[in-house]
Amino acid sequence: MRRTIRPQGWIVGAALAAALLLPGARAEAGAASTASDGIALSNSYAGNGWRQQMLKMWNLAAQHGIAIGAIAKTKVVNSDNSAPQQATQISDLTLQGWKAIVIDAASPTALNGVIQQACSAHIVVVVFDSLATAPCAYKVAYDYVEMGEIEADYVAKHLGDKGTVLEVRGIAGTSVDNDIHQGIVQAFAKYPGIKLVGSVHGNWTQSIAQKEVAGILPTLPKVDAVVTQGGDGYGTFQAFKTADRPTPLIIMGNRQDELALWKQLAGGPGGYPTMSLSSAPGVSSIAFWVAQQVLAGVTVPKTVHVPLLIIRANDLDAWLKAVPPGGVSTPLYGQKWTEDLIAANLGHSALPQSPIPTGVP
Amino acid sequence: MLAEIRLPPASPRVLLPAAALAAMLVLIFAMEPRAMSYFGLTLLLNFALPAVFAATAQMAVIAAGDIDLGLGPFISLVNCLAATWLTTRPAAGIVALALLVAAYAAIGALIHLRRLPSIVVTLGASFVWLGLALLVLPTPGGSAPAWLTTLLAVHPPGVPLPVLVSILVGLIGWLLLMRTSYGTVLRGIGGNPRAVARAGWSLLGGRVALYAAAGILGVLAGLALTGLNTAGDATVGTQYTLVSIAAVIVGGGEFVGGIVSPAGAVIGAWIMLLTGSLLSFLDISTDWQLSVQGGILILVLGLRALEQWRAA
Repeated sequence: MRRTIRPQGWIVGAALAAALLLPGARAEAGAASTASDGIALSNSYAGNGWRQQMLKMWNLAAQHGIAIGAIAKTKVVNSDNSAPQQATQISDLTLQGWKAIVIDAASPTALNGVIQQACSAHIVVVVFDSLATAPCAYKVAYDYVEMGEIEADYVAKHLGDKGTVLEVRGIAGTSVDNDIHQGIVQAFAKYPGIKLVGSVHGNWTQSIAQKEVAGILPTLPKVDAVVTQGGDGYGTFQAFKTADRPTPLIIMGNRQDELALWKQLAGGPGGYPTMSLSSAPGVSSIAFWVAQQVLAGVTVPKTVHVPLLIIRANDLDAWLKAVPPGGVSTPLYGQKWTEDLIAANLGHSALPQSPIPTGVP
Repeated sequence: MLAEIRLPPASPRVLLPAAALAAMLVLIFAMEPRAMSYFGLTLLLNFALPAVFAATAQMAVIAAGDIDLGLGPFISLVNCLAATWLTTRPAAGIVALALLVAAYAAIGALIHLRRLPSIVVTLGASFVWLGLALLVLPTPGGSAPAWLTTLLAVHPPGVPLPVLVSILVGLIGWLLLMRTSYGTVLRGIGGNPRAVARAGWSLLGGRVALYAAAGILGVLAGLALTGLNTAGDATVGTQYTLVSIAAVIVGGGEFVGGIVSPAGAVIGAWIMLLTGSLLSFLDISTDWQLSVQGGILILVLGLRALEQWRAA
């Protein structure tokens, strides 16, 4: 009995394995229509405002995609900031036969095994925001080194290459924090008159930034400017105010409270020149359309660079209208915009600028 | 006295979770027939390996009537060592892993000799493990030794690797803990230490043996995780502390009395792992996963209490 059953089990297994791999193989052929495809999102963490808005943008993009017949279905799975849990979820999505899996990763390395597994099953994998390093995945990436450079250049030019600067950093040990810091240090090296007088870790959180800046302020001379990483500008301002120090030039990070503060300070005597920049939660909608483009057989580079969302003084009012209280400024990026972005990446030309939404998306 | 601790654990303890697991598998196969294939099962149960090793490690500590709150960070530390030293300096890596097992045995000895609460000592140790992991690998990276990734990608004929290893771990654990006389003594440490001591066995030796076993299984969990992830991350294992405790309890174990079951722990690990997959296949939001896992735990304990109440 045993001997007859075993080979049968093998055949059934092989047939099912083939069935598992076949749908993916079809997508590889580069069929132009993605109307019957499904794109799933695996998100590592949903517990803060940025991620909530990111999920909202994903759902808006996916609903639009379904409405215009670009895809058939979507699904969002969240893990609790645990890489093994997220890896299991990605395995499940692989098993369920999703054509593309888009990932905001819990760890840059710990998902590489399952991502490789999904790629081997001919599934398109796109990572964004918190990236994974698996070579087979498409990466939708911000240039955070550039973010540091832009801030530092603005500050140095505004101060006329003479002054003291405090740096508020993000969460220690993350690649985002390292990159922004590197950009700032690199750019300031060109301006001998600028002196970095201190550095604290504000962890991209207003309350922590306020506490840390308040802690270091008594040890500092006059501070002319503060370079930040987003989510820490408002707390930095509060720390200076509580210490009765003159408000320095603080770079803002696109959060609603920061933009509102900028607007308020700008209304005072002498105005308040600064700039605001950050990654946009709407990057999930870019990742969505990048996955759709890959499925459609469009040539997409393995790394798609995304422009930072930079808000200048003359756009401040428009952006303030488009960001809900407690939210982060972001546009909802569309299919056409993403196509332009991919073309610009392929041609190494200037990246398209983020559109200003007309209302809260 | 000794007769009392020689009693095998009541079989419904393992039968109930086994039935629950069977029901879950049937549901999963019904929802997603592709899961029934060799490759489907491999995908579904990939992460059963670290979970099973973690659950049996926790079981060894719970058998001594203790609890290990440092297991998750310990697994992270092994992951970091395996992705760095074991690849670049294999000899140093092996020595480091052996030292980690020795450290676990030492923790067991410390808890016994100083009569310290294990919950405090292992919580303290968890911070030491995390600190060491960050020292070894400050930012996620490194790469697993090639032999390890190859080993984890082995496709044994007929039975997928995670299934095969789970069965082996359950079987070996059962043989060692349930079928040898020293296994009975070990379970007695948590159940009736006075009787064990009166029979002439060293309580210190027993606790050290259980903690060393936990250390070895913890190292295996970390190695399995590294082989699957292919790289290192100092916070990757955090979740395994609570999942392993839950797996032991769901699988028929008790916090007191040295009542544990290796097969139960393996089944418990599978149940905790498959809960998420089942919810996913049923199209229920993953936000419910933790609540459902907690709900299963309460349900199991509730059913058990009901059973004892009816038996009384």
